[in-house]
Amino acid sequence: MSEVLLEASSLYCERDDRVLFSQLNLQIRPGTLIRVAGPNGTGKTTLLRILAGLSSFYEGRLLWQGRPLWQVRESYLANLLFLGHRPAITPSLTPLENLAAFTGVRRRNTRAELLDALAAAGLEHFEDIPAHHLSAGQQRRIALARLYLSTAPLWILDEAFTAIDRDGVRALEALLRARVDAGGAVILTTHHELSLPGCEIITLGEDGL
Amino acid sequence: MRADNLAPVEYREEAGAGMLRACAVACRRDLLVAFRHRQDIVNPLVFFVIVVSLFPLGVSPDLDFLREAGAGIIWVAALLAILLSLGNLFRNDYEDGTLEQWVLSPQPLFVLVLVRVLTNWMVAIVPLLLLVPVLGLMVHLPADLIGVLTLTLVLGTPVLILVGAIGAALTVSVRSSGVLLALIILPLYVPVLIFGTGAVAAAADNVPIVGHLAILGAMLALAITLAPLAIAAALRMSVASG
Repeated sequence: MSEVLLEASSLYCERDDRVLFSQLNLQIRPGTLIRVAGPNGTGKTTLLRILAGLSSFYEGRLLWQGRPLWQVRESYLANLLFLGHRPAITPSLTPLENLAAFTGVRRRNTRAELLDALAAAGLEHFEDIPAHHLSAGQQRRIALARLYLSTAPLWILDEAFTAIDRDGVRALEALLRARVDAGGAVILTTHHELSLPGCEIITLGEDGL
Repeated sequence: MRADNLAPVEYREEAGAGMLRACAVACRRDLLVAFRHRQDIVNPLVFFVIVVSLFPLGVSPDLDFLREAGAGIIWVAALLAILLSLGNLFRNDYEDGTLEQWVLSPQPLFVLVLVRVLTNWMVAIVPLLLLVPVLGLMVHLPADLIGVLTLTLVLGTPVLILVGAIGAALTVSVRSSGVLLALIILPLYVPVLIFGTGAVAAAADNVPIVGHLAILGAMLALAITLAPLAIAAALRMSVASG
């Protein structure tokens, strides 16, 4: 068994007097892919936001590499890539400027690397067009271009596939598989049908986890 | 999308980019956004000019009255113009998810916040300060008082915008927060206003103004050191509840 990256034990969360999950245990190891499934409103996004450290409305323990998350928050964040519902794309900036602003506070990237990542995400020839002139799918691809530049061992992807076309989803599956093979860990939610062999599934909702 | 040129998995103890570099990147980004949204900068300026010119029209064009009240009018108008521009400080970034990524960035949040506020001061307030001498002439302030007035605004406006940013951060998740923001922030602006206009009044009476300026400077030092921490905490709260 490899070392556990992120461990959640007996997580409990309620929202508006409704228990979303209780006694939820979760271990994320390098080289694993976890998919959080369940109908709308069962707390998938809430769970991912808690794991990312964005929300503190929960009870239970979160450990990053065996140490409490709040103690090692800085090193946790240096090793995390979170893509949320809201893509964090500034509409008035071009894809290139958006990507540079995002990665610039995290890591040194050359302009060529940024252009490569955008091309890999399917945005070649769109680098210099303000994002508000692009389609919803293309805007989402700007956010996905971050995946190509990220060295973070843990990816938390919340509905990252929204508005992506079928070919794009297939390419993204390949990307995630390559990432997992390289030793990265991924936890995601999506309503797309994905063919990801070896994917662990956590179902929230009816069975009252 | 391709899967071949993926960056390798690396474990890090801290961000791969230094803090200064991160500040430069954030500053560049904010300047670009400001440049693309020029109307957001111009509107408060026009508002500032119009409010100042309403007083001679609405109260009295009498020279003695204007000379007496001019500095106060300009201060209040600048304060309202700043209040008007605060609504946009974090709103768009909250709505498109950029703030979420700020909170999750390995750089300290208060540093990013300080960069944002100071950049905003540069692009929104500095043009306003450049207009002050012109408006000062319009309300018949003597030249030396215009100098003092500009000096107090240079010291005071960063305080206004730093304190206002706390309110903007607290109300960023509230829909139509304009009035709420004004209610939270305006009482906190009173001391800055008092010492700002007080310095001009003292100069008009030929009394030393060093004391007023020192207190404004002290408020600026306090605001620049403490406000970013409060803004960061407020943003964390807003993002967590969103």
